[in-house]
Amino acid sequence: MSGSIATPIGKAIRSPRAVRPPLGLATAALAVCGVLALPVVYLVARSAQADAAAWDLILRSRTVLLAARSLGLAAAVTAGAVAIGLPLAWLTVRTDLPLRRFWSVLAPLPLVVPSYVGAFIVLSALGPDGLALRLLGPLGVERLPTITGFSGAWLTLTLFTYPYVYLLAAAALRGQDAALEETAWSLGRSRWSTFRNVTLPLLRPAIAAGGLLVALYALHDFGAVSLLRFQTFTQAIYLQYRAAFDRSPAAILSLMLLAVALVVLALERRARGRARLHRLGPGARRRLTVVPLGRWRWPGVAFCALVALLAVGMPVAVLAYWLMRTSTLDIDLGALAGMAGGSLMTASLGATVVLILALPVAVLGARFPGRLTTATERLAFSGYALPGIVVALAFVFAGAGLPLVYQTLPLLLLAYAVLFLPQASEPIRSALLQVPPRLEEAGRILGRTRTAVFRRVVLPQAARGLAAGFALVFLTVMKELPATLLLRPTGFETLATGVWTESSVGRFGDASIPALLLVTLSALPLYLVARRFETQEVRAE
Amino acid sequence: MRSRSVPMLALSALALIAASCGGQDRPAPTAEPQQSPARATLTVYSGRDEEFIGALLEQFEADSGHTLKVRYGDSAELAAQILEEGQDSPADIFLSQDAGSLGAVAESGLFSPIEQEILERVDPRFRSSEGLWVGASGRARVLAYSTERVDESELPASVLELTGSDWKGRIGFPPTNGSFQAFVAAMIATDGEDATRAFLEGLAENDPVLYEDNSSTVRGIASGEIDVGLVNHYYLYEISAEEGDIPVANHFFEAGDPGALVNAAGAGVLATSDDGAAAMELLDYLTSEKGQTYFATETFEYPVVAGYEPSVELVPLEEIQSPDVDLSDLGGTIDPALRLLSEVGLV
Repeated sequence: MSGSIATPIGKAIRSPRAVRPPLGLATAALAVCGVLALPVVYLVARSAQADAAAWDLILRSRTVLLAARSLGLAAAVTAGAVAIGLPLAWLTVRTDLPLRRFWSVLAPLPLVVPSYVGAFIVLSALGPDGLALRLLGPLGVERLPTITGFSGAWLTLTLFTYPYVYLLAAAALRGQDAALEETAWSLGRSRWSTFRNVTLPLLRPAIAAGGLLVALYALHDFGAVSLLRFQTFTQAIYLQYRAAFDRSPAAILSLMLLAVALVVLALERRARGRARLHRLGPGARRRLTVVPLGRWRWPGVAFCALVALLAVGMPVAVLAYWLMRTSTLDIDLGALAGMAGGSLMTASLGATVVLILALPVAVLGARFPGRLTTATERLAFSGYALPGIVVALAFVFAGAGLPLVYQTLPLLLLAYAVLFLPQASEPIRSALLQVPPRLEEAGRILGRTRTAVFRRVVLPQAARGLAAGFALVFLTVMKELPATLLLRPTGFETLATGVWTESSVGRFGDASIPALLLVTLSALPLYLVARRFETQEVRAE
Repeated sequence: MRSRSVPMLALSALALIAASCGGQDRPAPTAEPQQSPARATLTVYSGRDEEFIGALLEQFEADSGHTLKVRYGDSAELAAQILEEGQDSPADIFLSQDAGSLGAVAESGLFSPIEQEILERVDPRFRSSEGLWVGASGRARVLAYSTERVDESELPASVLELTGSDWKGRIGFPPTNGSFQAFVAAMIATDGEDATRAFLEGLAENDPVLYEDNSSTVRGIASGEIDVGLVNHYYLYEISAEEGDIPVANHFFEAGDPGALVNAAGAGVLATSDDGAAAMELLDYLTSEKGQTYFATETFEYPVVAGYEPSVELVPLEEIQSPDVDLSDLGGTIDPALRLLSEVGLV
């Protein structure tokens, strides 16, 4: 034991309440809020123009039913994502699972699959006349359970969003202090009791944050629910834009979706808890020990293999199948290279901009609870909860009058910030929560400025969170479609727009080339980030 | 000053990014407006897929000397974008998959009138009655059917027969797709709301499979999920072109049937265009011999100018008698169509 006083768990000691943030931080956060508020302002302005017929349409169409379906889907997907992501994180970070490194590289990969591609993959593999049926046909299987509707949407969204929970939980596990578990053991607790009473509660904020990202993703997703034919709120919003040419009902529906998202956010805040997560006493964090799995080794491997088969193997197999099935492949290497360049550029610039804007939000969230913090977080999540087309039209509304920025890259990057900020701010906030404020106090006592302390003490400690945030936004921008379509510079192509171009006319074979490239190019940076932070964290026993 | 460096850093990084890539992709406003045949740079918002129209637009650039900057997107989303941009729209031309999107932009007063000469060559069924947009090609609603599981003698003369019990569990369509909603809107216009409601209820009782779009509906027929589907006519040819022949064929409903709607894909010139004359040249080109031949032979659509014949497999346009509806008004009747579909539980 390090001789320190371990952090009390639970509600015994609460974080300090309502500390006033420094002026610079507050100013930065307010500036970010200004950008984040754009879609809400736009939606209110558009809703105000709604006439009686628009309200009538909303009241008569099954709005309540749609809200219930959306919430139900979000809850089920979140539960599924935690059920997959949490055990995966624990197995790959803490145990002597065979091929641990291999599984930890595969585990986050499904995140690179856009949900519109994911839904297509699930349909092609498990649908009527799908690949699975063809493989199982000779064995006498004639029908698979129906994959369209709720089950398909749930499966698709769960398979391709669980990495949010996995990545955040794995990062939190790696950041944990072994001293806590050791204390529990020394007090006679069993391993299971230690896990339940020490490890798991410490993971609560990470699981809640990951779960929130998953739940809101499911709320705003259009690709999966439309292809798999499950009617939700977001689908109804798109329907208004695409069919009715009336932006007012769509705006009202979007505001209702926001209300639903705020309820989800409140639930997460409750689940997050207010416990302190960093050590209070002196001394350094201790390396974690490896938990031997014993006879659970092979069931553990089987679980990892099943997840990898469905979430990584199935997409690759289906895309390869479509590629080979096409008789007239039309490959334009120059165009592909241009799309790949466009994707990599928007993703890296986008992740940088989002990270910079997320920083003040994350610091506020971790260190300065209060009214400004609550407002900032709600705004940040409102952009994330809205369908891409809504945020994109808000930027069209605000940007069209500014010819110097409209349909240029900077405006598109700002739109990404509104869409994806929580994907960066949540991992950073989680990481900051694990940094003891004592370190900052020590730095201040030693005469450093607050900024210097932040840069030289806090940021390096939170580097894992920054890297995770960067990676998440990078991957999400790589696959973003609706906002890119409306806001990109004219003629600018990304791999996602390339997939859309081919698949919208039903040429799935041609679409599979940019799709495979998209998945491959996204996997590489993800792999590098995962490797950088995975090594040497857990001490062999 | 201390704690200000974070936002300052953020701002300067943003400024850097803005400086490094700002504005480079936007053409400067052309110096000589209204001066054809001077070379112009035109911005085209295209709801027509690049696969369908890209080659023709390149041909136009080569023939006219104008440069086109094309933004591809979903027709309705681009219409929403144009409405949102209003007077500030950078677009010169809007190409759309369907008349509804064109009608929505026309109704907001954002199109300028089409030159009379271009307008008059196009079949009146396929252009705006106010002369604000013009059709470039026609697409017929058909019943695609499995040649393996449906006998030709079984095929219904009217779309209304699909509510019969012999079609239970065999039918599919894309209810959220604009083309299907235009068909429902047309039926409301010809047969009235009550008859349309009864028809949709009958369809819903036949346990239809609901698809996302036309192409997945046709694929559903090929894969055996359904036997017949309500779609646009050309998806069959597109899929066959990529994957070889599939066991699916198109059936055209009888003349005047609400199921026999022929919709138009077309174009309009934005009133805010700096170069309306050059933009009009593109519309001229789409309705010229080159354009019409292209649509007939490359995209398997119907030419909309008299004197050009569609591809041999198609029922000639004169033999399809579309229900008597004004395509420019269909946009306005989509609302009731959507409401009916939602009341019946199909969307």
